[in-house]
Amino acid sequence: MLTRNRLTGAPRRAVLALLLVASVASAGAAAQEASGATGFGSDWHSWKAGNSVADLASLQRGARDFLNYCNACHSLQYIRYARIGQDLKIPADLLQQFLVPPTRKPTDYIASSMPAEDAVNWFGKEPPDLSLIAQERGADYLYQYLTTFYVDPSRPTGTNNLALDTTAMPDVVSQLEGLKRAVFRTVAVNGASEQVFDHFEPVVPGSLTREQFDGFARDIVNFLDYVAEPAQLHRRALGVWVVLFLLVFTWLAWLLKREYWKDVH
Amino acid sequence: MAAVVKPPEAPAAKRGGLRAWLYKRLPIEEFISTQLTGYYAPKNFNFWYYFGVLSIVVLALQLLTGIYLTMFYKPGAATSFESVQFIMREVDYGWLIRYIHSTGASAFFLVVYLHMFRALLYGSYKPPRELLWVIGMLVYIALMAEAFMGYVLPWGNMSYWAAQVIVNLFGTIPWIGPGLVEWIRGDYGIADATLNRFFALHVVAVPLALLLLVVLHLVALRRAGSNNPDGIEIKEKLGPDGHPLDGIPFHPYYTVKDTVGVGVFFVLFAIVVFFAPTLGGYFLEHANFEPANPLSTPPEITPSWYFTPFYAILRAVPNQRLGALLLLLAVIAYLFLPWLDRSPVKSMRYKGWLSRLFFALFVAAFLGLMYAGLNPPEGAFVTLGRVCAVFYFAYFVLMPVYTRLETAKPAPERVRFHAHT
Repeated sequence: MLTRNRLTGAPRRAVLALLLVASVASAGAAAQEASGATGFGSDWHSWKAGNSVADLASLQRGARDFLNYCNACHSLQYIRYARIGQDLKIPADLLQQFLVPPTRKPTDYIASSMPAEDAVNWFGKEPPDLSLIAQERGADYLYQYLTTFYVDPSRPTGTNNLALDTTAMPDVVSQLEGLKRAVFRTVAVNGASEQVFDHFEPVVPGSLTREQFDGFARDIVNFLDYVAEPAQLHRRALGVWVVLFLLVFTWLAWLLKREYWKDVH
Repeated sequence: MAAVVKPPEAPAAKRGGLRAWLYKRLPIEEFISTQLTGYYAPKNFNFWYYFGVLSIVVLALQLLTGIYLTMFYKPGAATSFESVQFIMREVDYGWLIRYIHSTGASAFFLVVYLHMFRALLYGSYKPPRELLWVIGMLVYIALMAEAFMGYVLPWGNMSYWAAQVIVNLFGTIPWIGPGLVEWIRGDYGIADATLNRFFALHVVAVPLALLLLVVLHLVALRRAGSNNPDGIEIKEKLGPDGHPLDGIPFHPYYTVKDTVGVGVFFVLFAIVVFFAPTLGGYFLEHANFEPANPLSTPPEITPSWYFTPFYAILRAVPNQRLGALLLLLAVIAYLFLPWLDRSPVKSMRYKGWLSRLFFALFVAAFLGLMYAGLNPPEGAFVTLGRVCAVFYFAYFVLMPVYTRLETAKPAPERVRFHAHT
């Protein structure tokens, strides 16, 4: 587990991240002239989540990370802790010990820890419930969103996002990912000049390497994909048998038809 | 004087037991002998003749799954969205029932469109089947109402905004429009009252009308007899036994053949239900996974794929009132086909090249309108919509002219049929 004390851990980290962003925003600007770091991200539009809800280990990591990093603000109002435990094969005692907060029961739906009123005061809007976000926006979008935060001193949170411009959400994963800045280039469009994203440059390293963070983001996206439709594993498994049965049925019906139609000339 | 009607000799009555007991009380045997084993259908039905029975199969599927969904669905602006998620997550196999119902809606239109295509191709609307065709079109119009109101029930954001757009179309009617819209909604906007009345209409009123119309459609079919790909009347060539020479008993020949068609359909249907229930946003739209929100308009409001041809016609005209009128005409134009077609033959096999050309353009225009309606109303999509709308209406408006101008080939005396051995 990344942290066992989830309830206090996640909001504290979010606040730390906010402070961190504010302090490095100017440093980042200074670093941009000197940086010889390798740029990346020019192809972010085509990034794919590449997740698989059949990957149980990934779903388990995603559940843990979601509850640690996201659940402070975001609820999953249509799924219960117990359902996650059952589907992701997490033993009841471990579920109770690590994932269900002390004040809740395993059969509760997953609420967020943040009062809606405070959320509106702090971020200008209530963080959306994420039960169906993967169905609504797609896994690839979620992956792009989680991985394209960049330092932007003009924003109240100190960061901005390529997938969702002027997002109200602070870069709560910056402690893991580190901070990166976006380099824009000027392009002439119909006579007027426009700023177009070119690439990212790392500013402050995080606690995870880029590969590790990438896995972290994919696990969370995978988990949200599962949450959007918990029955999907069962659905595909059952579907194979239903289609096989129908194929056999149709074949037998065809044999019967051929037999009867021998009379028709 | 009322003559005493003597029931026909009953073979079952001799056997005694339950069949004889039933025979004295219900005309079951007469029904089977006149409607199934004694109903002679042309022997040359091809691929296109599966879609009638498939329409009935999908109707049954929708009724059965709909009953099950109604047990858990809670109509109401505050409860609808949540109750759908309850069905998807907490009800045993609720996800399966709901996916069958949502996929069934699209499948219904797919099979009905192919069924209608068959009728246009082989002239099944022509005498003596005018009423059969008109009743069928009423089934289609009832189906449109049923699908639209069903689409609103999950109360997703696209449900809400689609209801907004469609109901507002009634506002374009001169004089009574604005008042009518308010009367339909039961509120000043699409709201809880609208949702609840749509629920009542979707689960009670329209299904009753649909069932009645489908029964009438079948009764009219039995009276006039099925058309066939050659578009000739098999009743005109009777054998010594009094049955059509080119006819075969519906049961067992077509019941067993249709079973194969239903099997193939179910395989394809199951593949969608189990492996692609949203079909990339065409069967269940992404924006509908967000609850209805009057303050957040989706970037593109598009109806389901089966309505987009008509939606594209609406948007092809800059004037909304005129657009709504054209939309209405696009739907009801089919009702007049039996009287617009002046060709001496029914089937496209024997019509002239003008009929074939206009029909091919019509089918292309229908698909083009569907494509245009699925895309934002900008640039090339508007142009495509307008060009296709012209060819769509040309098929109907010019039909009395081109069906008389062209030279039709003579239809054969007997149906063309090659036995498969």
